[in-house]
Amino acid sequence: MGFKSIGRGTRVAIAATGLLELASSLAGCSSVRLGFLDPHGPVAQSQHDQLLDVVVLLAIFVALPIFVILPWFAWRYRYRARRARYAPKWSYYGPLEVATWGGPLVIVALLSILVWRSTHALDPYRRIASSVAPMRVEVIGYDWKWLFIYPDEGVASIGELALPVGRPIALTLTSATVMQSLQIPALGSQIYAMGGMVTQLNLEASEAGRFLGENTMYNGDGFHQQHFTAVAMTPTAFLGWVRHARTQGVPMNLSALALIARRSTQGELVAALTSRGAAGGSVYFKDVPASLFSAVVATTGTGKPMTIPADSAAATNGTPGAAATTADMPMGQRR
Amino acid sequence: MLAHPFGRLRLQALPFWDMLQHPSKGVVINGIIATGAALMVVLGGIVTVALISRYRLWRVLWSQWLTSPDHKKIGVMYVVLAFVMLIRALLEALLMRAQQAYGLGGGFLTPNHFAQLFSTHGTIMIFFMAMPFLTGIINYVMPLQIGARDVSFPVLNSISLALTAAGAALVMISLVLGTFSTGGWLGYPPYTEASFSPGVGPDYWIWALTLSSLGSTFTGINFAVTIYKKRAPGMTLMRLPLFTWTALCTSILMIFAMPPLTVATAQLALDRYLGFHFFTNDLGGNMMHFANMFWLFGHPEVYILILPAFGVYSETISTFSGKALFGYRSLVVATMAIGVLSFTVWLHHFFTMGQGADLNAAFGVATMLIGIPTGVKIYDWMWTMFRGRIRFSVPMIYAMGFMLLFVLGGLSGVLLADPVIDYQVHNSVFLVAHFHNVAVPGLLFGMIAAYHFWFPKAFGFRLDERGGKVSAVCWILGFMLAFFPLYALGLMGMPRRTVAYTEPAYVPLETVAFFGAILVVAALCALGVQLWVSIKHRHANRVFVGDPWDGRSLEWSISAPPPEYNFAAIPVVTDRDAFTVMKESGAAYTAAVPFEDIEVPRNSALGPVLGAAGFAIAFGLVWHIWWMVIIFGTIVITAMIVRGFARNTSRVVTAEEVRRQHQHWMDAVARAEPIARDKETTSANEGLAMPIDTGAEQ
Repeated sequence: MGFKSIGRGTRVAIAATGLLELASSLAGCSSVRLGFLDPHGPVAQSQHDQLLDVVVLLAIFVALPIFVILPWFAWRYRYRARRARYAPKWSYYGPLEVATWGGPLVIVALLSILVWRSTHALDPYRRIASSVAPMRVEVIGYDWKWLFIYPDEGVASIGELALPVGRPIALTLTSATVMQSLQIPALGSQIYAMGGMVTQLNLEASEAGRFLGENTMYNGDGFHQQHFTAVAMTPTAFLGWVRHARTQGVPMNLSALALIARRSTQGELVAALTSRGAAGGSVYFKDVPASLFSAVVATTGTGKPMTIPADSAAATNGTPGAAATTADMPMGQRR
Repeated sequence: MLAHPFGRLRLQALPFWDMLQHPSKGVVINGIIATGAALMVVLGGIVTVALISRYRLWRVLWSQWLTSPDHKKIGVMYVVLAFVMLIRALLEALLMRAQQAYGLGGGFLTPNHFAQLFSTHGTIMIFFMAMPFLTGIINYVMPLQIGARDVSFPVLNSISLALTAAGAALVMISLVLGTFSTGGWLGYPPYTEASFSPGVGPDYWIWALTLSSLGSTFTGINFAVTIYKKRAPGMTLMRLPLFTWTALCTSILMIFAMPPLTVATAQLALDRYLGFHFFTNDLGGNMMHFANMFWLFGHPEVYILILPAFGVYSETISTFSGKALFGYRSLVVATMAIGVLSFTVWLHHFFTMGQGADLNAAFGVATMLIGIPTGVKIYDWMWTMFRGRIRFSVPMIYAMGFMLLFVLGGLSGVLLADPVIDYQVHNSVFLVAHFHNVAVPGLLFGMIAAYHFWFPKAFGFRLDERGGKVSAVCWILGFMLAFFPLYALGLMGMPRRTVAYTEPAYVPLETVAFFGAILVVAALCALGVQLWVSIKHRHANRVFVGDPWDGRSLEWSISAPPPEYNFAAIPVVTDRDAFTVMKESGAAYTAAVPFEDIEVPRNSALGPVLGAAGFAIAFGLVWHIWWMVIIFGTIVITAMIVRGFARNTSRVVTAEEVRRQHQHWMDAVARAEPIARDKETTSANEGLAMPIDTGAEQ
């Protein structure tokens, strides 16, 4: 059931969605795409459509009757309306009871079918059907920034999540600190990132654009600055982006990781990592060890010092030595 | 252990310390706000003490109120506590809305200050405003409705109040000494673990909740036993007034839902104090257990809060429509169904924690099932209005505002129950808009309606009607302005708990919400003015006879205020709407009662002693002042043992005294002029109702 398929006469439904449309138009003013009312990916598109469907359904069958009946009764049976019937003992009427229970039951039954199907179809763990193999991205939540690792490309970034348009993205997430929640509203769902544990999220951008990305779970003073930009670009542009990160990026090693793990905002981190940060306050990393993500999961979950196997980086980007350090390092979470 | 006599309490704990040490602009602004708030607490305390001393009320306060086991006085004290805490939490809300209205790129509050505000606002509103309010109303009304002389365990009742007040006092003192938690009202670890929040904040939160949840558990047991065991003859379960049904359901929920919270906060305390690893990231800890435990409490808690309000609306809609409640049996079934279902939906608070689609879908469907009994209730209330004769007095205005606004809150609740939509709006201000949309028109309007409805019963005079209407309109409009913009902001991707933002698109909606908050504060001020005016004009608005609204249940069948033993003789109930039946059959206001000696509980200092000691223990635990914990822990144990040896725990009101008081009231009944319903809000109303004119047709 699409919104447009509903007839013209449903003015209340339109009023109910008016608020959404207003929000949508306001959101459109911004330089980055804010909400899922302006969807740019298949997941957000489905969520957007479902929101409108459910809002219209509920507005017509739940809100409308009450907004009509209640004021009507209140006026019709007001104390001064002497000619209205008064039945002080009328307190039971079987058919009305059946309707009173039956109405909500039918609505909820219909909604349940919808919810059951869509929850399975849009499970955040479910791979998005595509002719292209999904791109792997590993996400580590720090206070107060997200580290995006591209394990197959050997690069990483903070402040910017680059995505090739039309290719599904399979994210795996963890936290090196407290619980956080990653969301790019214009693309789709959010999922928690938790220390010592791994969660998954699948997204796809269907058009090029710059989208708001954020942490939605409060995690301290820098919470409101834990934003990033998800940049959807053509596959060719993405290859260029990766090349740029490989050449211009900061080498990912234990000292860089120690800086990242400090409780600091992205701006403070970029300043600390010298001037090699990318434009717009983002920073790229090269020579990223392939096992970095699993090492962080293990470290956070056990409380043991961080170790990264020496050979892990060499296989992916052919720069042996850059990450060939195995050292003990206390993680930033213990303060 | 004896390293420092005041544990970790130092001068730095004072709210103005930081401002004096680091006087930069931002720090000074926040220091001034924090110091002002602390001053309000300290000055409020000083003024209260001075006034009590000035009017020599200490003895009265102690013997008539604090040590009283009378459920009516305990109920009143609960409501007073709720109003005091409401004032603080509402001012905090105003400050937060102001911050966000100016929050584009900064605002005036530091992130830490803002985080304390949303944490205390939520903690207070749930545990120290909503819970005391509904507990107070149930305390006052429920024993009267079932024809009982008191609750089953009057001294336990007093202890519950004292523990709740101790928790509230702990939250208040956190304004003066140290800082409160920044982890929100739900205090999710590992953020609230010692490794990330080493200060006293989470400890204040843990012990305030512990005191409050112990009090609520005792209250739940007390109320449930009272309803099961102390009903008047003939008051079968299916004749209980609906408010008492909701009180029963809420009590059952309290008994089962509070322990998971107590355990979860105790486990968090073990983590923080003794280095356990229940919820840490490492060494086998897992915060997901906390999420489960917290919401195993937290979701039933939502219905603990809303059900008594449903009960209030059932009473007021029926009374002010001059009609029996439509679908009584359905409403009872719906209430109990909500009670059962409330334990089956907790996972919807974390659809985004990574569990599978089957689980999410099952809990989404379970959540929507609650919409069925809730919808039934709304419709049954409307059918109650059908063919009634409706008076739009203050409680009825709240009831109608509630029904219209609650439908929208329920609607957004169904949206959130859909995991697919929740993946988007979870943790956004859309969620904030939703739960305020159910909590404010649902719970808060319900409690304020109850306050207007039963105030004449408790104090013997009506509240000023005009002030009440002004306040009601301000509440309703203020609520809409404050929270409807948040729905749109949430859909625009604004997360909750954001001190500042960088999107100019948020500003207009945030500004509207700020004006809404101002209007809500105006509504609260109107309530204050109304109370002042009502007390001033109390002699003109007395309703001593006791039935100002043509009430339907037993609480209206006695004088206002009622005698301490409630009923000169326990009434015999023959049907639903017991007092309406009595009025129709001429059995109301009978002079010839078989008078006998009535045993009432004696005052006990156990409640205030345990409350004060509980506060001191909690304070010592927060600041690691171990000698304080030990001394007051000993006092608690000693007090309970001493109480165990107490005899003479009751005293007798003689039959002669009962007869005299009853006669005094019967004389007033005889003198009173019965009035019609269109004059019920005038001074002509002495509390004696004329049967409603049935109109042209029947």
